[in-house]
Amino acid sequence: MSAPTTSAPPPAAVTNGAGLAGRPRRRAAGWFILPATALLLVFFCYPLGNIIWRSFTDPSAGLGNYTKLLDDGVSVTVLTRTLVTALIVGACTLVIAYPYAYAMTRVTPRTRNLMTVVVLLPFWTSMMARNFAWYMLEQRGGLIDDAFSAIGIGGVVLLGSVAGVAVAMVQVMLPFAVLPLYSGMEGIDKRLLDAATSLGAPRWRAFARVYLPLSLPAVLSGFTLVFILTLGFYVTPALLGSPQQSLVPQLIATRVTDLLDFGGAGALGTVLLAITLLALFVVSRFANLSSTTEKAVTNE
Amino acid sequence: MSQSDNSSSPGIRIAGVSKVYSGTSRPAVDDVSLDIADGEFITLLGPSGSGKTTMLSMLAGFVSVSGGKIEIDGRDVSRQKPHKRNLGVVFQQYALFPHMTVTKNIAFPLQQRRMSKAQIAAKVGEALKLVHLEEYADRLPSQLSGGQQQRVALARAVVYHPRALLMDEPLGALDRKLRDELQREIARMHRELGMTFIFVTHDQHEALTLSDRIAVFNEGRVEQVGTPSELYERPETLFVAQFLGESTCFRGTVDVSAGVLRCGGFTPRAPRLDARLDGSDGVAVIRPERLELHTDAAAVPAGHNQVRGTVTEIVYVGNHHQVGLRFPDGTSGSAMRLAGRSLPAVPGEEVTVSWDPEHQSIVADPADEPTSGRAAEPLGAPAGT
Repeated sequence: MSAPTTSAPPPAAVTNGAGLAGRPRRRAAGWFILPATALLLVFFCYPLGNIIWRSFTDPSAGLGNYTKLLDDGVSVTVLTRTLVTALIVGACTLVIAYPYAYAMTRVTPRTRNLMTVVVLLPFWTSMMARNFAWYMLEQRGGLIDDAFSAIGIGGVVLLGSVAGVAVAMVQVMLPFAVLPLYSGMEGIDKRLLDAATSLGAPRWRAFARVYLPLSLPAVLSGFTLVFILTLGFYVTPALLGSPQQSLVPQLIATRVTDLLDFGGAGALGTVLLAITLLALFVVSRFANLSSTTEKAVTNE
Repeated sequence: MSQSDNSSSPGIRIAGVSKVYSGTSRPAVDDVSLDIADGEFITLLGPSGSGKTTMLSMLAGFVSVSGGKIEIDGRDVSRQKPHKRNLGVVFQQYALFPHMTVTKNIAFPLQQRRMSKAQIAAKVGEALKLVHLEEYADRLPSQLSGGQQQRVALARAVVYHPRALLMDEPLGALDRKLRDELQREIARMHRELGMTFIFVTHDQHEALTLSDRIAVFNEGRVEQVGTPSELYERPETLFVAQFLGESTCFRGTVDVSAGVLRCGGFTPRAPRLDARLDGSDGVAVIRPERLELHTDAAAVPAGHNQVRGTVTEIVYVGNHHQVGLRFPDGTSGSAMRLAGRSLPAVPGEEVTVSWDPEHQSIVADPADEPTSGRAAEPLGAPAGT
């Protein structure tokens, strides 16, 4: 901030920052991250570079793979469907995660631990077990179908539809939204709500005018995380979705395993990567704008 | 007790209010009654955990009342939502909205009252002037120092002319110099606004310098209510005596008929003894500035109580010397000697200590209870969940 600071003392936030952290050990730290760096270079950066390279060269050099994406009649549809699904999953996850994370900040430490365990439970169950559980629930004659039939709405078979995939993905993604939301909300001084009500705002307006804006950075980071992870989700759509309603990761898998079209798969992957990076870039711009707010919140 | 009389009198009336937090057995606030006059500056003083912050939270409406009632101008507000009470609250940790500029923070309560833009702008300007922060109008709270943030919080809490201003340890998070400065500012605001101020603190100096009246809280109850000088000069309980300032305390047995306190070895005269204390354990409390030190026992004025004591230490505090004393019965005490006056003795020497019985208070000895005020915790944290 370039506010005209002629006489004012430095803002409190500055003195609260990392003033005590020493520097002399910084050089040694380089060695500690060496194994991780090597691992990333060999098993992540190289293959990634390879994929991008092949998307421009395989089978022939040029933008052929990318132009094909535009006019093969499938890729654009699938890409759009994937983006829309990711947006919907992100939004639905947040709608469920927000009140949950808020509740976590208001309960006793014991209850909070319990709530954290419940959120993390899906992490501790096998991916396949979870997806097959949804398979059972969503299939024809499954619990969901039966339940809807019982109230007179027949034929609700989510299996094989994007909706079915989205429902399962929301469940899988919940921890990724709850945890950043909780850590963000925990930094918001609860007394701000008291302050707002004492100043004449009813509880709901205090929430809307004070709490909600302050929790937006956390909302944004939770949403981004879920959005990006959903874009690349393979197992759930492969099991619960259908080839007619496939998402980008399935399309990539088909190209690699069935069509041996490495260039085309690479192009799709690169587009997905580009979208992810773009999303991250946009969010980081927003996060920068709100960092002053965040700093103020955390330094109470 | 008598509730129907003077129910239309202006002011804030706390009538037998209690608070028991769920999951606890001991009440945080226990049957507190207090009448606060219009325009008064009253301080709720006490150690942490004494219930003063809970009391304030009940006044503000953040915490529900378990028993008794709170009236504002004769109207029962015990069950009223905080946003309808029209009170201003200032918190220890400022509680400014971090995403709003100073101006927007101060405008917030005015917007809730649906004032016009022009009105809001005028009132915000006025409030900023009141706390001398005109040039900081467009800053965010994080760009202000602690003292400035608290001034913004004060401005925000008075800009809509609330019925009363409640302050919960507002100076607790500030360093000493700023605290003194803001203390003067609060006193000035009280004079200029003529508003009822209810101030919570664990700091006796703040309480003594700022208040018209002080209510001393201990373990959920009000020990004594009075003007600062009443509390300091005439404490009614040992707790009040020891919480407000230093004192020398002689323990003994009260003898009302003889008008004395029978301590081991000497019997100080005690005028105006409370007959109810007769025969029970009592404590004679004398403030350090009331103790006189003499090398020559003959110099003791007639009618003064006197006892021999040994000087244990002399501490130079700038404008005065603090003289530590030890008496034959084991009591330790302290006297004050203004700088410029010669010291009658050096540590290790015996002196005669005397005082006017008028300046001593005899209070009941709460026998087994630990009597010193507990150390204060950082306040402002919500009392209970």
